[in-house]
Amino acid sequence: MAQLFHPSTNPFSKVSIAGLLALVLTGLVLLFVYWRSPYLTGQSVVRAQPVPFGHKHHVEELGIDCRFCHSSVEDSAYAGIPPTETCMTCHSQIWADSPMLEPVRASYRTDQPLAWTRVHDLPDFVYFDHSVHVRKGIGCATCHGRVDQTNLTMKGASLQMIWCLDCHRGPEASLRPREEVFNMAYGGASEELRRQLREQHEVQSMTNCSTCHR
Amino acid sequence: MRDTGRLKPLEGSSVFADGRSARPPVPGTVAREHLRGDAAFHTGKRDGQFLAEIPFPVTRADLERGRERFNIYCSPCHDRTGSGRGMIVQRGFKQPPSYHDQRLREAPVGYFFDVMTAGFGVMYSFASRIPAEDRWKIAAYLRVLQYSQHAPLSAVADPALLEGR
Repeated sequence: MAQLFHPSTNPFSKVSIAGLLALVLTGLVLLFVYWRSPYLTGQSVVRAQPVPFGHKHHVEELGIDCRFCHSSVEDSAYAGIPPTETCMTCHSQIWADSPMLEPVRASYRTDQPLAWTRVHDLPDFVYFDHSVHVRKGIGCATCHGRVDQTNLTMKGASLQMIWCLDCHRGPEASLRPREEVFNMAYGGASEELRRQLREQHEVQSMTNCSTCHR
Repeated sequence: MRDTGRLKPLEGSSVFADGRSARPPVPGTVAREHLRGDAAFHTGKRDGQFLAEIPFPVTRADLERGRERFNIYCSPCHDRTGSGRGMIVQRGFKQPPSYHDQRLREAPVGYFFDVMTAGFGVMYSFASRIPAEDRWKIAAYLRVLQYSQHAPLSAVADPALLEGR
């Protein structure tokens, strides 16, 4: 039987095979890029809020401590979104006529909570606890980034499981003294100090599934 | 699967007319460990008189806790030294009196606790943000601040520090 393909068609088959492989590889790379992209994780994406609250102004310019508003972060799983009363502690006097703050005043007048859009929204099957992280010496900025230098609030990290595990496998790398936890500009502890802190704070590498999925 | 319907703290819900998932407690509810049996401890007053002493022995650790809490909650207006010229005041909030005024140096410690608990003038109550025990520790630290500005020279332990005065 005569050959179906003339020898001159050989390059076509080679290019086709290589092309198919390249296509699969490109597909995989694209998938990976998509999986880590802010489009999917929401990292560094600003969400619309009822009031354009700026952390930079309140934290960096005015020097207000994180805990003034997030007052339950040391004792509870949940750091706490401040009640309208906390906003009004200052804004009953300052910018008291600003139209931008009308939703805050309306909330205070009518006793209806402000409906903020949750920026850090973990899946419902993840149980995260702020208080233990704070107590073990993990700084706010370690997970939330330099919130003090960000105007509108966004996620400082992807909050994907691999990101959690990166730290849970070797927590020592992120430790700092307890009194530096709320210092947004902390420069990082020396290796020696981190070893000591791991001892002192009794930090363990928690990678069991049930640590977070209960 | 990411959203299983579990309600997180402060998450909204369409079940109730006001859109909140957490229900406000029935008036008169006393949460566990929130019984205010010792009225003086929770109001700073006994028989209408301000307490003259902090209702528990104060340790160094208590003062350090008081300093930390003071710097978080009070210093934005009162300033870290208690002068009343904090950053929020510099931005237009009504200036509070200095803790170093004679009237406040002579005020009973229960008075400061009462102001933190009930608020005063344009200052809101901090009772929902600072637990009673911490409010007492802040009151104790206020005494430290007051002393820091009115200590006699003889209280300086190292005479070398006084040279050049």
